[in-house]
Amino acid sequence: MVKNVESRSTVKASKGQLSFGKVWPYEKAPESTDHFTIADRYGLFIDGEFVAPKSKEYFATSNPATEQPLAEIAHANDADVALAVQAAKRAAPAWRALSGEDRARYLYRIARILLERSREFACLETLDNGKPIRETRDVDVPLAAQHFFYHAGWADKLDLVYPGATALGVVGQVIPWNFPLLMAAWKIAPALATGNTVVLKPAESSPLSALRLCEVFQAAGLPRGVVNVITGDGRTGAALVQHKDLNKVAFTGSTEVGKQIQRSVAGRNVELTLELGGKAAHVVFEDAAMDQAIEGVVRGIFFNQGHVCCAGSRLLVQESVHDLFVEKLLLRMQRIRVGDPMDKNTDMGAIHSKEQLTRICELVSAGEREGATLHQADCQLPSKGYWFRPSVFTNVALSHRIAREEIFGPVLTVMTFRTPEEAVEKANNTSYGLSAGIWTDKGARILWLAERLRAGVVWNNTFNRFDPAAPFGGFQESGFGREGGRQGLRAYLKVPFALSPG
Amino acid sequence: MPHPVAPVEFRVPPVDAVALETRVGELATRSIKKSAKVQGLKLAIAMMDLTTLEGMDSPGKVRQLCQKARQPMPGRKDLPCVGAVCVYPDLVPIAVAALRGSTVLVAAVATGFPAGRTDRVTKLRETELAVANGAHEIDMVIDRGAFLAGRYADVFEEICAVKAVCGPARLKVILETGELKTYDNIRRACRIALLAGADFLKTSTGKVQPASTLPVVLLMLEAVRDHFLATGVQVGVKAAGGIRTSKDALRYLVLVNETCGDLWLSPHWFRFGASSLLNDVLMQLEKERTGRYQRPSDFSVD
Repeated sequence: MVKNVESRSTVKASKGQLSFGKVWPYEKAPESTDHFTIADRYGLFIDGEFVAPKSKEYFATSNPATEQPLAEIAHANDADVALAVQAAKRAAPAWRALSGEDRARYLYRIARILLERSREFACLETLDNGKPIRETRDVDVPLAAQHFFYHAGWADKLDLVYPGATALGVVGQVIPWNFPLLMAAWKIAPALATGNTVVLKPAESSPLSALRLCEVFQAAGLPRGVVNVITGDGRTGAALVQHKDLNKVAFTGSTEVGKQIQRSVAGRNVELTLELGGKAAHVVFEDAAMDQAIEGVVRGIFFNQGHVCCAGSRLLVQESVHDLFVEKLLLRMQRIRVGDPMDKNTDMGAIHSKEQLTRICELVSAGEREGATLHQADCQLPSKGYWFRPSVFTNVALSHRIAREEIFGPVLTVMTFRTPEEAVEKANNTSYGLSAGIWTDKGARILWLAERLRAGVVWNNTFNRFDPAAPFGGFQESGFGREGGRQGLRAYLKVPFALSPG
Repeated sequence: MPHPVAPVEFRVPPVDAVALETRVGELATRSIKKSAKVQGLKLAIAMMDLTTLEGMDSPGKVRQLCQKARQPMPGRKDLPCVGAVCVYPDLVPIAVAALRGSTVLVAAVATGFPAGRTDRVTKLRETELAVANGAHEIDMVIDRGAFLAGRYADVFEEICAVKAVCGPARLKVILETGELKTYDNIRRACRIALLAGADFLKTSTGKVQPASTLPVVLLMLEAVRDHFLATGVQVGVKAAGGIRTSKDALRYLVLVNETCGDLWLSPHWFRFGASSLLNDVLMQLEKERTGRYQRPSDFSVD
């Protein structure tokens, strides 16, 4: 798979040739791991305590960068799921009856403890997930804490925006492996702020940070049963969302599983929000701040190895600047530091799992077979673990599979447009609709485009920036419902019909 | 002098301030430790333009500075000498004499430094004299008044005129970015200086705040990189003013390393204009060698 940019490039060669990394290579800067321990085996967190599963079954979670097992994780069966839901149901009346101010107190405490232990959480997340420590340290963990802080602030102010609204009750939440801690915070914080109790199922391949978060709940003195965390595979998730005592299901993950969940809650009095896949477009106009747009495109697709539902995986660049933009983008891609996720200078870590790597390889092969041109960074990859080079496809047609299907990996497809109308048409030519990016120096054009792009989040001259105050969610097959902001609270409240502001 | 370049060529891509500063923030988190740190700090010494630009500069002060430039720390033979000594034009002969037999170059500020508010004839004559007295490098200031008034062609012509009298001396063009204020202005000034034949783009005189900043230097590095990609002509960058600590210096070097790469990691293509930076670098190098920090008074203050 090793192809370097020069030999595969279709863009014209520059007059000056740059080289990188030979004169001043950085020494390895590994984050230390001696400040925390990982247990050999983890139980389920039910009713405020870690308990052994009724199933008596365990499975291993491993480090995708080394393939080394990290710990044994309990597999929750139907009986375990029932216990967790019962605990949440028992805890619900007292939790709902607390004043908003008191609920806020717990959330603030959770946020502060999480920040105090941020180094430990960052390391754990990197070991279990494969994403670089730079990202867990600077993005995942601080943002997770921010979600608790933000929603703590709402807990006593719900009446200002949703007067008379009440908690739904017991919420079942199923989250993916790409942002294990952040997704847990994203789901749990608004649920608690609005007075609901929670049963959360983290992904089977990345459960450690959610389990450690339970230690934070214990340290914060959160009442028993308010949050329960059960681990397991798809069967556990299915048992949870089908449980009759749930009042709401919130799911983030693949569109395929999202559709199954929607079918399984059909005909029941259960609220549902789905945050599913995406195939987001960056629209780069010729007047864009080019170097900054390139940084944004790089951030959009290579952040978290491209394992991001809102990743900017389709680049639509105005034809007049296509060649120069692609040339500079490929040059920039060469300098992405791929390798040991625990190294503080690593920009891109390991692919999360063997299954995901297989899927990426399969789609990339399809792209080559269908006639697109593949460019890959010429970097050294470790011999162990799951890795994929930063990749860009040029000469891509809108009909290619790589332009239509979510790859969920570090693979960008480049296409062109000529007019703003054509840009909108091509950007919207997808079954998804989670996010989009606009790159132009013209304010009026940003507004014109943002009105027409069918995407839940539209970033202007930036990408993959998250804020708990900004609602996040999709159109079409990217799901429905919003998370974050005032709109995100709505999904966890029973709002009197006449007062519903939407 | 009639100029061959139509003003339209001074058009430059826009700069997004937020995204530029975000990129700098990302690169500032690079962890430079142990051997990489030592190598970077030694490189920083070799890239240093040890500078004194005060009204009270005297022959004695300049001679002392030159001694420090030749041998930053007696007893540490493994350390390089600095890149150049930077002085006012009248002190060039003193510096040239004091540095004879070393590889340290002499740089002279010229063209009515730091304000540049004098007539063209005086600016050119001052440059000619500095070169005649043995300056290897000329640090000129651009006419910020003309730039801010939109007379870009005047700025361009003046740089061309100074370049023409530099002879063998390399020309550093000081943009005084603290007076140009916006990144878009700075990017345009870079373009003008590059087209006019600058050998170096330099941030600041050191007399205006803010002087050198990381985003401004990243912007300049992008400008010289793009110029190189388009024309094959390599131009240097000098970050001057306000750089006082080893940590600062390493952050600048990370920008160079990851924006322009190997070709620019040399004193011929990147410089630091500084005076107090050298002692902090020496202190850090001693700390790396011995494992503990020395007292500031262990390092000579000239």
